[in-house]
Amino acid sequence: MAEEAEAGCARPTGGPVGEETAEITESKHMVKEERQMIMVGQKAPDFIAPGYQKGKFVNVKLSDYLGKWVLLCFYPGDFTFV
Amino acid sequence: MSIDSMFVHKMWDDDELSKMVAGGVPFAMLSDAGGKVGRIYGVFDENAGVEARGRFIIDPDGNIQGYEVLTPPVGRNVNESIRQVQAFQLVRETKGKEATPSGWRPGKKTLKPGIDLVGKVWQEWQTSMAFD
Repeated sequence: MAEEAEAGCARPTGGPVGEETAEITESKHMVKEERQMIMVGQKAPDFIAPGYQKGKFVNVKLSDYLGKWVLLCFYPGDFTFV
Repeated sequence: MSIDSMFVHKMWDDDELSKMVAGGVPFAMLSDAGGKVGRIYGVFDENAGVEARGRFIIDPDGNIQGYEVLTPPVGRNVNESIRQVQAFQLVRETKGKEATPSGWRPGKKTLKPGIDLVGKVWQEWQTSMAFD
């Protein structure tokens, strides 16, 4: 699933895959105007993100998990309390 | 997924989470620096610069079946997330011939939507079944 990644000095970032990419490079204001609402029953926007999993740095692409059930969880930050 | 770097994820797992879960967190802890992904999913708080506690259930076709978003001070209910996945799996396996009424969990009665059920749900399901 997740492909192993090298750890360099840069702090890696990921981002959306495909058409949404252009939208997020617009100004904050534009993004707010044009932001598409997430709707149940619709496609989950694809993305690539770097991460850490069981002793390794990895790159994860959401669409690599097609065929499986996925729970995607966001949270405010590491070391937050609940 | 949070705005923290993968380096901070490692430190959190090494220093704290592995003391709660033997062997550390088994799944990938993803980094969303700048909130680019969170913004698309509608969970990035522009003022605070962090992501809310959002949880999305994505089916094997890549479709979002459900989501829940909470402000930071209230934690999630993992059992409820698992119950919802089990319910969506049942609906998918029966190709929508069965539906899971309020309060359903594995082993409880499902409903079979169709012309014979119209106006007859009261015979098949009681409000007490909404509660555990």
